[in-house]
Amino acid sequence: MPDHDRASPHAPGRSSCRSCWLAAPGLLWMGLLFLAPLGLVFAISFASRGTYGGIVWEFTAANYLDLLHPLYGKILGQSLWYASLTTAICFVLGFPLAYVIARSPARWQPVLLLLVMLPFWTNFLVRTYAWMILLRQDGLANRFLMGLGVVDAPLELLYTPTAVVIGLVYGYLPFMVLPLYVAVERLDPLLVEAAWDLYASRWSVFTRVVVPLTMPGIVGGCVLVFIPSIGAFITPDLLGGARSMMIGNLIQHEYLVVRDWPLGSAVSFVLMAIVMAAVVLYYRHAGRTAETLEGR
Amino acid sequence: MKRGWAGLSVVSILVMVFLYGPILVLVVYSFNAAHLSMAWRGTTLKWYAALLHDEALLAATANSLLIALVSTLGATCLGGLLALGMEQMPHRRQQMIEGGLVLPLVIPEVMMGVALMLFFVMLKLPLGILTVMLGHIVFNVPLVTIMIRTRLRKLDPALREAAADLGADSWQVFRHVTLPLLRPAIWGAVLVAFTVSLDDFLVTFFTAGPGGTTLPLKVYSMIKSGVTPEINALSALLLLISMTCVALSLHVQRREV
Repeated sequence: MPDHDRASPHAPGRSSCRSCWLAAPGLLWMGLLFLAPLGLVFAISFASRGTYGGIVWEFTAANYLDLLHPLYGKILGQSLWYASLTTAICFVLGFPLAYVIARSPARWQPVLLLLVMLPFWTNFLVRTYAWMILLRQDGLANRFLMGLGVVDAPLELLYTPTAVVIGLVYGYLPFMVLPLYVAVERLDPLLVEAAWDLYASRWSVFTRVVVPLTMPGIVGGCVLVFIPSIGAFITPDLLGGARSMMIGNLIQHEYLVVRDWPLGSAVSFVLMAIVMAAVVLYYRHAGRTAETLEGR
Repeated sequence: MKRGWAGLSVVSILVMVFLYGPILVLVVYSFNAAHLSMAWRGTTLKWYAALLHDEALLAATANSLLIALVSTLGATCLGGLLALGMEQMPHRRQQMIEGGLVLPLVIPEVMMGVALMLFFVMLKLPLGILTVMLGHIVFNVPLVTIMIRTRLRKLDPALREAAADLGADSWQVFRHVTLPLLRPAIWGAVLVAFTVSLDDFLVTFFTAGPGGTTLPLKVYSMIKSGVTPEINALSALLLLISMTCVALSLHVQRREV
């Protein structure tokens, strides 16, 4: 079959790859408008700020050293704290849901998963705004609490760290449920049965059977929630106050308000380093779950 | 009987209430006649009517639709070709490109926004609708490529080999075999790209400049200046639009199997 190799769409085109050039425009676009701008930010993070806000191209590491200042350290620290707390809460809320979905009748599972994902596909601003209505001083949350007699006066809920974490959990919970669902679905129910039959307590069934066997899903879900949480902007901007600023807000502040582009660029790269560390963790421990999800 | 099932089910129902409650409250209150308080003062459609007379809002909507249309078209062409072109590359190179395509999806959007803004400013490109379109294509290309590639890999190679054995040249194989098989995935990608572009806030926020106000930017500035019933109505409409797009996208993709 002399012609077969040329005609087969799956022939590994080592000698001739006639259709490979089709990839060129897309790759060029991403190189020019994605990689080049990132490179520019990286370069600027080592430059210094001009008197009127421009950039002076003199190599310096001063921007990164400036980030050691307690003010920035505090924002960095609380961002990590909010993102970690969000991840933990998502796990506590998401695990039971993922477990119930994975053990539901097979024809219900796609419907239930769709119900979990649907809010995620709606406008993020709108979803965050919904919490402003609920949490403000005369909002439903305060009316509810006062109606129950839990509190006498309306609580200060909006513009607090609590509001930020609620908003983040609300925004990214679906990312936790999907990988956990895949992991639980693969978990053999007989193994859990066996643990019960051997008189394991509820807690040890969970910690010694379920958790170890669903670890890839747990790591996957946690990373997928942590990444967008640590880089959040809208949620802390709308639900948080001046004291619950996160890294995303700091970047926006440095770029658009202070106009210190080199410092803003340095903050961006610190954020990117944190995200990349999480991505590496993901591929080490949870890559397989992602493939299964993609294959669905 | 499954042990612990009752407790897990109760938690699951509560989580579902948590997911849908806020959206539901928002929609219900968009029909409330009261202007400022949360007290119920009867049902009305006047906030929806008010939206129709808001000139700035209509202009922002037009901008959003134009940007979504152009960026979807651009990203579908670039991403579709990229997916097709990658197919015959050596496996390692495919993996490399795939890894690179995940990057725009995982890096924080704030960062993508500032990077594009800096880039455009350095090139002395005035920020406006054009720069927003360029930026939206950047985040839509990976989405389209990944969706079309997933479908390409599921295609039975025998179909295309058969066409080639019957004497079709590579263009005819593409035109009469590959393209029809890819059609559902392409439409799915179009709808996803359109929705993502329509909903995008951060990349737009940094690359829009004064002339490129889109619907999400307008919603943001309205929210920033205070909670009003008009925003409730607008939010309810946006929810409806997003959900329709998702439903459509799922519908066209379901037919591919």
